Amino acid sequence: MLTKRIVPCLDIKNGRTVKGVNFVDLRDAGDPVVLAKQYAEQGADELVFLDIAATLEGRGTTLDMVLRVAEQVNIPFTVGGGISSVEHVDALLQCGADKVSINSSAVKRPELVNELSNKFGSQCVVVAIDAKQVEGQWKVHLAGGSIPTEIDLFEWAKEVEQRGAGEILFTSMNHDGTKNGFANEALAKLSETLNIPIIASGGAGNVQHFIDTFKDGKSDAALAASVFHFGEIPIPQLKEELKKNNIEVRL
Amino acid sequence: MSEFKDMSESSSPSGKLEGASRASVVIINYGAGNIKSIQFAFKRLGVDAILSNNPDEILAADKIIFPGVGEASSAMKMLKESGLDTLIPTLKQPVLGICLGMQLMCLSTEEGNAQGLGIFQTRVKRFSSDVKVPQMGWNVIKDLKSDLFKGIKENEYMYLVHSYYAEHCNETIAKTDYGINYASALQHNNFYGVQFHPEKSSTAGAKILENFLKLETEPIAKNQ
Repeated sequence: MLTKRIVPCLDIKNGRTVKGVNFVDLRDAGDPVVLAKQYAEQGADELVFLDIAATLEGRGTTLDMVLRVAEQVNIPFTVGGGISSVEHVDALLQCGADKVSINSSAVKRPELVNELSNKFGSQCVVVAIDAKQVEGQWKVHLAGGSIPTEIDLFEWAKEVEQRGAGEILFTSMNHDGTKNGFANEALAKLSETLNIPIIASGGAGNVQHFIDTFKDGKSDAALAASVFHFGEIPIPQLKEELKKNNIEVRL
Repeated sequence: MSEFKDMSESSSPSGKLEGASRASVVIINYGAGNIKSIQFAFKRLGVDAILSNNPDEILAADKIIFPGVGEASSAMKMLKESGLDTLIPTLKQPVLGICLGMQLMCLSTEEGNAQGLGIFQTRVKRFSSDVKVPQMGWNVIKDLKSDLFKGIKENEYMYLVHSYYAEHCNETIAKTDYGINYASALQHNNFYGVQFHPEKSSTAGAKILENFLKLETEPIAKNQ
């Protein structure tokens, strides 16, 4: 049976991880390659690297980081942040990234989803959607959640699926950073209306939250950052607990 | 199918291969996507795999990897343009098709209604919409039947990303369930194909690549 995936997310700036990571026995917590290897050894199923600076000037540094990760890490990884052209995606994939994640650039120019899936295949196109529930309506937000739009989450998700997205990474801004659990109602609706995998993001605080998002949220994967980086939830323990709760995971 | 001559030679997936196992590996380069990862996976095993579309280099290699990411009909078009479509079926040394590479070694695929190379006597179909497509993530392989899986336990997890699957045939050497039960690996003489990505499947995947490197090259290949 296909397993549910646990996906640590690393924020990257100038080729280094930011926000701090607190791993035991780790001399250089800022090196994404060292962290990525550690996560792979702990049983992470996939990794996401989010380039939060994503400037044109910093692009070379990111490509170099992607190359070093691909060289040393034996699980799949996605790269996101500031990606808006076929050429950029080509460069990232050639450096060994398995998938790319696009967000604002897809809203600004939806054809980008078609272009990428036609050229590289749906399997490597993740469309990330940041949305916020305002008066009962889930509205898509841009630029890391800072710019609201009138676009409905579910309509947009359906559209990118039709345009060839291989996966949706949905972050609830209402839940992100709260550690109160994932937006399971919206996630379940996405999972039921779409026929591509859905990655839950935003709100992970404890093991029960992961159980809930796989059961109630019908998510295919769950992404989190701080609970993994600070060792609050060790991945092997999380997966054991999921297994005990009859959720298929890779152990 | 070749037998292992020396089972005592141990090398962990993360270790380096020694002596006679250090095969020359060519990854067929015909414009298909992420081949860097395959190259890096071999590098982690201590083997420099060369990217090439040169027939002489391909014919001279001990082991050949036939990768593939992307869309089937355009991949077949690229193979035909380079003449590799006629070369590949004539190869005598161990050949490993990965993902779309494996699918293109079948008779045909529903993706773009492409004809395949016809090495494996089976057809490739699209998953029904009863399941999410693509299948993306880790699933188990079972009923393992090949030296390729030496030391791999039943129900080992492998990383898969695909929308199309190969139907079972006599050449099935691994099975996976996703809505239906399908062939996640195939073998015909010196030709092997895996639907999963060994290069992305952690230490178990590395072990499969290591097994592939240890396969005996058919004697006939040495005369050519």
